[in-house]
Amino acid sequence: MTLSVALSHRFAAFTLDLAFTAPPGVTALFGRSGSGKTTIVNAVAGILRPEHGKITLDGLTLLDTATGQTLPPHRRRIGYVFQDARLFPHLTVRQNLLYGRWFAPAGDGPGLARITELLGIAPLLSRRPGALSGGERQRVALGRAILSKPRLLLMDEPLAALDEERKAEILPYLERLRDEIGLPILYVSHSAAEVARLATTIVLLEDGRIAASGPAAEILSDPATAPIFGLREAGAILSARVEAQEGDGLTRLATPAGPLWLPRVLRPDGTPLRLRILAQDVMLALERPQGISALNVLPATISEIRIGEGPGALVRLQAGEAALLARITRRSAATLGLHKGQQVHAVLKAVSVAQENVGATAG
Amino acid sequence: MTDWLSPDEWRAVVLSLRVSLWATLASLPLGVLVAHLLARRQFPGKQLLNGLVHLPLILPPVVTGYLLLLTFGRKGPVGGILDQWFGIVFAFRWTGAALAAAIMAFPLMVRAIRLAIEAVDPKLEQAAATLGASRPWVFATVTLPLILPGIIAGAILAFAKAMGEFGATITFVSNIPGQTQTLPSAIYAFLQVPGGETQAMRLVLVAIAVAMTALLLSEWVSRAVARRIAGQ
Repeated sequence: MTLSVALSHRFAAFTLDLAFTAPPGVTALFGRSGSGKTTIVNAVAGILRPEHGKITLDGLTLLDTATGQTLPPHRRRIGYVFQDARLFPHLTVRQNLLYGRWFAPAGDGPGLARITELLGIAPLLSRRPGALSGGERQRVALGRAILSKPRLLLMDEPLAALDEERKAEILPYLERLRDEIGLPILYVSHSAAEVARLATTIVLLEDGRIAASGPAAEILSDPATAPIFGLREAGAILSARVEAQEGDGLTRLATPAGPLWLPRVLRPDGTPLRLRILAQDVMLALERPQGISALNVLPATISEIRIGEGPGALVRLQAGEAALLARITRRSAATLGLHKGQQVHAVLKAVSVAQENVGATAG
Repeated sequence: MTDWLSPDEWRAVVLSLRVSLWATLASLPLGVLVAHLLARRQFPGKQLLNGLVHLPLILPPVVTGYLLLLTFGRKGPVGGILDQWFGIVFAFRWTGAALAAAIMAFPLMVRAIRLAIEAVDPKLEQAAATLGASRPWVFATVTLPLILPGIIAGAILAFAKAMGEFGATITFVSNIPGQTQTLPSAIYAFLQVPGGETQAMRLVLVAIAVAMTALLLSEWVSRAVARRIAGQ
């Protein structure tokens, strides 16, 4: 599946003018509120008609304003999970889930039983949307979209209306969806954490234009894009695999940057994981530090230094096969005499763990 | 139990019920269509349609009745064609009474349904479209169930209005006992005769009973439907 989008549309406040291609996997559209993200997914869904644009999905033209070609939304077979779940209030959860089935072509695809199990909504089937919590509603909306057998799934900030607890409740389901159903997803978000956890490809938007786009690991470790994510949220992602549970409660992980030890990652050996290492949690040392409590120290080479406008500097590191991002002060960079190509040691203060897309790690 | 009303009185009551029922049911699909057009679509002449629908509410009923007579009378432009081609005659028949009642009640019906349609979140209809439903399907599976309380309210309102319709009816189809003499016409006729007050009063009570029953019924049905639709 490849989605290709080229749009231009004038709004009162700004102009949207961009083009990008979304390869299979989860493509995240990231940008501040009002940067045009929802406009893009609405155009892909066919709910909004841009002034100029061409949208194709696997060679099928969804919209081409040059030739006047347009496929109505109901014939596009593109699932859409809205920020506000938009469940049909007069139908039960089961009827909501099966709504798209009436119109979908016969054939295989995950069934009701599989989806309700995957999303943990089997106990809700006979209820009505009015009696569901926000998190439950969003999971039902997700199931409803998947069961309509879409060619592509659009998600417009599906977690934005939820509190942190509910978000944490739904994210694992989204990961399972990405990994087990293998449906291509266009995911709109303004949360760097969500994007770092889910995306295989990232498209960064700024004021209606594309600031950067490419594979998630590359974009997230790029010092140039870090200010868009926010300096506190900037950080690289790392593919890892559970290697062994050690006697003292630590789990050894194999990563392209070298082995890492984390407390109690209670997954079977071989489980693929995605690690997120915030730039502010990485310290740099010129020599391998001695007498330090940090367990995870990776030898690395400096591949880029970007001095910020404030007192900070961002350093991109090549550690084995993987890229890391460190945020240090300009003073430290000067004192240590850091320069491109230099050998350093990266001291990781904290690492967060998420499930990894099996398909993407294999590549 | 039937002997407390004379046969003529009974005929007036039954005729009124029949006229109102037909007026309501026959105009309901058109009422939903017009309400949908007015609530959701933009088209040239929308204000004209809106005005046309509401005209009977503002015009003196006798004017509406006279216009109906001119248009749907046997020599009228529409009535003539209907008579010659289809053998349908409205003038001085109970069908004419139903037509007059339907037209007089139409603005109330359309208004209630239109308000219900405007209260439906278009985002739900968009969601249905992304799930593969074409416009007619979206209407049938999402919009229609959600506006059902409004349709019921509109229908009952129209029925009650049709039961009470007098001016346009008597102008268009006159006051023929057993054929076009509805409940209000019968009451009016009795009041024209010395000593007819008692008979008129009996029919007045019947009219009150029918109106109250209709109101309570509508209240009950639309509450039940609204509960179902609220999603609880």
